[in-house]
Amino acid sequence: MLLAEQILNGAQFGIMLFLLAAGLTLVFGIMGLINLAHGSLYMIGAFAAAWAGNATGSFLTALLVGMGAAAAIGMAVEAVVLRRLYARDHLDQVVATFGLILFFNEAATMLFGRQPLFARMPPWLAGSVELLPGVPYPAYRLAIIAVGLLVALALYLLVARTRLGMLIRAGNSDREMVRALGVDIGLIYTLVFGLGALLAGLAGVMAGPVFSVQVGMGEQVLILTFVVIIIGGIGSVRGAFIGALLVGMVDTLTRAFLPGLLKALLSTSEADAVGNGVSSMAVYLLMAAVLLWRPRGLFPAHG
Amino acid sequence: MGIGMRAFGAVTLAVGVSCHAFAAEPVKIGMITTLSGPGGYLGEEVRDGFQLAIDQDSGKLGGVPVAVEVEDDGLKPGSAKDIAQRMLSGEHIKLMTGIIFSNVAGAVVPDILEAGAFYVSPNAAPSSFAGKDCNKNYFVVAWQNDALHEAAGEYANKLGYKKMFILAPNYQAGKDSLGGFKRTYKGEVAGEIYTKLDQTDFAPELAQIRDAKPDAVFQFEPGGLGITFLKQYVQAGLMEKIPMVLASPSMDARTLGAVGEAALGVQVASHWNSDFDNPANKQFVAAYEAKFHRTPTYYAAMGYDTARLIGSALKSVGGDVDKADAFRAALRKADFPSVRGAFKFGPNQHPIEDWFELKVVKGEEGKPILKTVGTIYKDRADAYAAECKM
Repeated sequence: MLLAEQILNGAQFGIMLFLLAAGLTLVFGIMGLINLAHGSLYMIGAFAAAWAGNATGSFLTALLVGMGAAAAIGMAVEAVVLRRLYARDHLDQVVATFGLILFFNEAATMLFGRQPLFARMPPWLAGSVELLPGVPYPAYRLAIIAVGLLVALALYLLVARTRLGMLIRAGNSDREMVRALGVDIGLIYTLVFGLGALLAGLAGVMAGPVFSVQVGMGEQVLILTFVVIIIGGIGSVRGAFIGALLVGMVDTLTRAFLPGLLKALLSTSEADAVGNGVSSMAVYLLMAAVLLWRPRGLFPAHG
Repeated sequence: MGIGMRAFGAVTLAVGVSCHAFAAEPVKIGMITTLSGPGGYLGEEVRDGFQLAIDQDSGKLGGVPVAVEVEDDGLKPGSAKDIAQRMLSGEHIKLMTGIIFSNVAGAVVPDILEAGAFYVSPNAAPSSFAGKDCNKNYFVVAWQNDALHEAAGEYANKLGYKKMFILAPNYQAGKDSLGGFKRTYKGEVAGEIYTKLDQTDFAPELAQIRDAKPDAVFQFEPGGLGITFLKQYVQAGLMEKIPMVLASPSMDARTLGAVGEAALGVQVASHWNSDFDNPANKQFVAAYEAKFHRTPTYYAAMGYDTARLIGSALKSVGGDVDKADAFRAALRKADFPSVRGAFKFGPNQHPIEDWFELKVVKGEEGKPILKTVGTIYKDRADAYAAECKM
């Protein structure tokens, strides 16, 4: 029963990561841009939603404002800053987008102060659902799982079934050829970036009532998000989905069960120390193992 | 990051033109504190509390004009050391305060003391400086770090909890907190978990807590971690079933604002609360709320007490910090009305103070507030005083 609950926890954490990773992997894979400021867009979504939610008391408004703010600021940043970086090497991109992190963190501090914000939970999701007897599971976390699955489905349909998706895939394999065929690749880049920002904003809105809405919240999840897209294969939405679930499961299950299992072999204090150490490394061990087996990730997008 | 913040008290004006005989240079006070990053509000509170005491005395402390130089350490021991070096040797500052985090204090305080300056801590108080490394020029106004967890352990005893689940982040202060808690807690520990410092999701830990069926939970997840933990604890439906005991850093007025009603019922061990019914505290809380439009946290209260302690000592030496022996003796007397009520220094120049039971309840306006409901300890000294040979 505990195992079932922990598996659900792992899936939920994985889906949260997927919302962030989906946007990042599209931007990284299609535009060849390393965007460290993706976490800032997540923070913008969370802050804007918390602010709108507290001002209006409506979760729906908060959701729209949060996603809208992240997408609008994301596209503005793409047009003003990032567009100049596509042709530069990755180091320049890392430095510039790191600068954006500092900029957005300071801006949020000036606007909202240093203390964490209160983010309202929609009352109709505040309760818990008894999935298994004796194990109430928060309804809001089930909602996160549902939203994540919907987003995954929508992205799959978008990329595999629409004209825009076809152009995205074409841009992914050979952007010069797409441009030569007369497609405005700049517009596609802005749209893709806006989509990524929108998803990051959605993740931020969803995270608000569960996590602490504070300056620097994006950097906390950014590293795991990169691990997810490296495991999944850069540029692949399917890879991001599988990678996110893997990372969520491995992280949750090792944290939950490893110290207990080790207690059968070692003394209590040693088991705690080793268990804690290994479980905080587990995700990175997983990444190393996947890269040894498939150096380009599980589902490499480039041919 | 590393963005220096400079704020001079508007004090230089106080150097009058007419009275040259008395108006020496204002006494410089160096304040190194944490103003940026997620822990930035802690330094902001200490700074504002300290500045309030100066403003109330129109630019003076104990009748002596002072100039406070505030710098942000960004929670980096290295940059705090650089700032301290500049203040000590470049500006010949003899009196410093402000550090929030113990790892920063551990790096900087020895430099300050070696230079012969005084350090009066409004918050950080690692065990080494309370015991064998105690120093005649080092004073702590708030507490000794372990004391808050010991008080939480005793609070759990008083509440009759026989089986506790305890957890804290996997770093020095987290280990100290569980160690301090277990020193005074007499019941059984049903489970002990160290979480990651950058953790955002506590669902696995919550499932373990539910499975262990303890009487109550003690956790020391500071700042944003604590907010996240509390929200998820309530959402998992655990708050009605398993009550929670906290040390004061896990629940202050700002944390409460971010957590909201989720915090109702949480029990906190603290040495100060905004509702204390003594004249010093009443005027402090009223003045702070009037000036900053928010309820002060204990960080602000300690900043205020630190300033008033310094004021009492400055007064007795007429503002001449170079009379080090007299200044030190005056600090030791702690001759100021603390917002905590009873307060004095022990032999290691750490507080001997009372500890109180607080509870989060619905306030008059419907918003959750911290309410004092009882006393845990009277005149409690810390565990390290005996090791201090001064």
